[in-house]
Amino acid sequence: MNAYLQYGLYLVILVALAIPLGRYISRAMGGETVFLSPLLRPLERCFYRALHISPEEDMGWKKYAACALLFNLFGFVVLFLILMLQGVLPWNPQGFGGLSWHLAFNTAVSFVTNTNWQTYSGEVALSNLSQAMGLTVQNFVSAACGIAVLFAVIRGLMRVKSKGIGSFWTDLVRAVVYVMLPLCLVVSIALVGLGVPQSLGGSRTVDLLEPFAVDAGGSRIVGAEIDLEHNTVTLDGAVVADAQIITKQALPLYPQASQVAPKQAGTNGGGILGTNSAHPFENPSPLTNLIEMILLLLIPVALCFSFGFSIKDKRQGIAVFLAMFILLVGFLGVAASQEHAATPQLAQNGAVDVIAGDGMPGGNMEGKETRFGIATSSTWAAFTTAASNGSVNSMHDSYTPLGGMVPMLLMMLGEVVFGGVGCGLYGMIGFILLTVFIAGLMVGRTPEYLGKKIEPREMRMAVLLCLATPIAILVGSGAAALLPSTADALNNAGAHGLSEILYNYASAGGNNGSAFAGMGCDTPFLNTSLGLAMLFVRFVPMVAALVIGGSMAAKKRVAAGAGTLSTCNAMFVFLLILIVLIVGALSFFPALSLGPIAEFTQMAGLG
Amino acid sequence: MKKTLLHAGGMLVLMMVLCGFAYTLLITGVGQLLFPRQANGSVIEVDGRTYGSELLGQEFTGPEYLWGRIMNIDVDSFTDGNGERVMYAWPSNLSPASPEYGALVAERVAALRAANPAMGGAPIPVDLVTCSGSGLDPDISPAAAEYQAARIAAARGITETEVRAAIDAATSGRLLGVFGEPRVNVLKVNLILDGILEG
Repeated sequence: MNAYLQYGLYLVILVALAIPLGRYISRAMGGETVFLSPLLRPLERCFYRALHISPEEDMGWKKYAACALLFNLFGFVVLFLILMLQGVLPWNPQGFGGLSWHLAFNTAVSFVTNTNWQTYSGEVALSNLSQAMGLTVQNFVSAACGIAVLFAVIRGLMRVKSKGIGSFWTDLVRAVVYVMLPLCLVVSIALVGLGVPQSLGGSRTVDLLEPFAVDAGGSRIVGAEIDLEHNTVTLDGAVVADAQIITKQALPLYPQASQVAPKQAGTNGGGILGTNSAHPFENPSPLTNLIEMILLLLIPVALCFSFGFSIKDKRQGIAVFLAMFILLVGFLGVAASQEHAATPQLAQNGAVDVIAGDGMPGGNMEGKETRFGIATSSTWAAFTTAASNGSVNSMHDSYTPLGGMVPMLLMMLGEVVFGGVGCGLYGMIGFILLTVFIAGLMVGRTPEYLGKKIEPREMRMAVLLCLATPIAILVGSGAAALLPSTADALNNAGAHGLSEILYNYASAGGNNGSAFAGMGCDTPFLNTSLGLAMLFVRFVPMVAALVIGGSMAAKKRVAAGAGTLSTCNAMFVFLLILIVLIVGALSFFPALSLGPIAEFTQMAGLG
Repeated sequence: MKKTLLHAGGMLVLMMVLCGFAYTLLITGVGQLLFPRQANGSVIEVDGRTYGSELLGQEFTGPEYLWGRIMNIDVDSFTDGNGERVMYAWPSNLSPASPEYGALVAERVAALRAANPAMGGAPIPVDLVTCSGSGLDPDISPAAAEYQAARIAAARGITETEVRAAIDAATSGRLLGVFGEPRVNVLKVNLILDGILEG
């Protein structure tokens, strides 16, 4: 019963906060006065003055795209250099050396593209400088970039016979200053108070209550007697010669809260630590989890409403929201039911209690934290892959076969169930155009959206938007599966091994960043190919969306007639969901049936 | 074109100053000032000795201690100032549906039953036989703590009521009675049992 209440309330809180935020973002991005303007407008103007930028400049789509791409290119180069050179740069109390070229490439691409895939584990690889000046900065600006492009597309849809779609610089600055920064300031200070570390001192050690002994290889010696005074370890009466007594534990400390906030708010997802928000330092309690999990989907949901406010037709925004929301709830339901049910291998014919009860979470607890249990973990898994966030509070690799297929599918659908900040919605606009086009063919009318005719040029771009993800995932995972060395990287055998490959390319190909983390991806081939997939899926759709924005802006508006297909009624929402599912299913059903579905049938056969 | 290049480079520098440097230092300053304990890892310190962080799990194997989640211990990634190996842990990332995994759980069940003879064939709470998401889960469910109460009492020669009092003192409920799960902080229970922390 409690579980249902949790699912319900998480969704209600999310939507209740998203609606007012949606209005706020719409006004702030349009340059109107919002309640924070007295504080933030001077900061915004600093940018324009320092760089001699005219905030009123009206760029065509080509210039807008050129600015966006250049800014991202510079961001990539700087981050790549920081990661390669962190060993000789300051702010490195951890004393880490530089990353290898392929890991630095993968990580820099990953953060610039708002994917935030982690091949590395931060606590054993990255300095304060890399975390704060590298990753945190991209957490802000890659998110802002998505919001900027979305508003350029919205302007394109709204304007009539116009050449321009706004200024990239103005949009970028406003998205950072008015949206990301205030939200992250408040959240990160709250997180510190609730237990998330925020320190520049580097990692430290603390004493263990019960020391233990390991052999030379680092494996624990079970049943050893430890004599701390004489520093000897005995096993069954005999002294173990090469044994070592471990008396301390490592505490990985970073400026952590300040990165967790933008990581969640900007659908970034790259944690300071390897296990991300499952780690008690990134997410210590149900309260921090509530804050982080709502924040994870807050801006993507709010942007649906911003869309409605900005095009001055709230119903259009609500229709898009409903299509996404229905998909989210459906997928969440499947994942949750699978995780509550656990597996025969866990239940051991009743020897293990997997039924939720008083003081007992039950379900598949492998890879899940006690404080979160099944309901809170499953909700996060669905949220983080619906949004292209990719942070995790449980290990998706250890989900049940079908429970783990849900996050995979949500990424494969192209990250349009809310998706990344900005890019999820402009991706969905691609699917909307496709739906309008198909519906138009069925009734024999010229397709139009928001009073603008959809012509071949827009359709070509819409198809690019819809197919970029399937192409990146299938080409990437296909190539990886053909390479014999990939098998060595896997953590699980058989069908689940294929699921690991599929999931990780789906994550790169959806710019998500979550992982079936057992697979070790730190090889030149995997780092590079995953990086290329992320680049393709971030920038091809971004430019395609700007082309659509530019060509829509130049069109005249046609009056709606009796035969115009409504894009805000229940029928359209249904059609849109159908198209999203059909494109996803047609692209991925064969691959899924060899991975998670095959694993499920094997598991059921054993049961 | 040259102007665009300058704008792109300048914009990146300004963003690094604002979102990387100024923002991080501001939050660090405020955090260290207002919440020094939390900002530095919630370390438990009694009479000058540290006993771990209340947020990070430690592995316990003695019969007199409450045991936590299964841990995948790593002593190779971290060292202290003297170069001594230091403990850390990671999740398993195993699929819970493979035959190998089934065999692993069966071993854990057998070990727990042998260690807790008073519980006979009672079903074992699932969190006791699984590895957590972080590998460092500090908590265990109340049911999993209760499963071990008789063993701890016998090993220490105290009553089960005394063990339960220590467990209760380290138990937190759901947030507002709704969110998350009830849980017992394993390290705190053991520190109370050892008389280091007050119950």
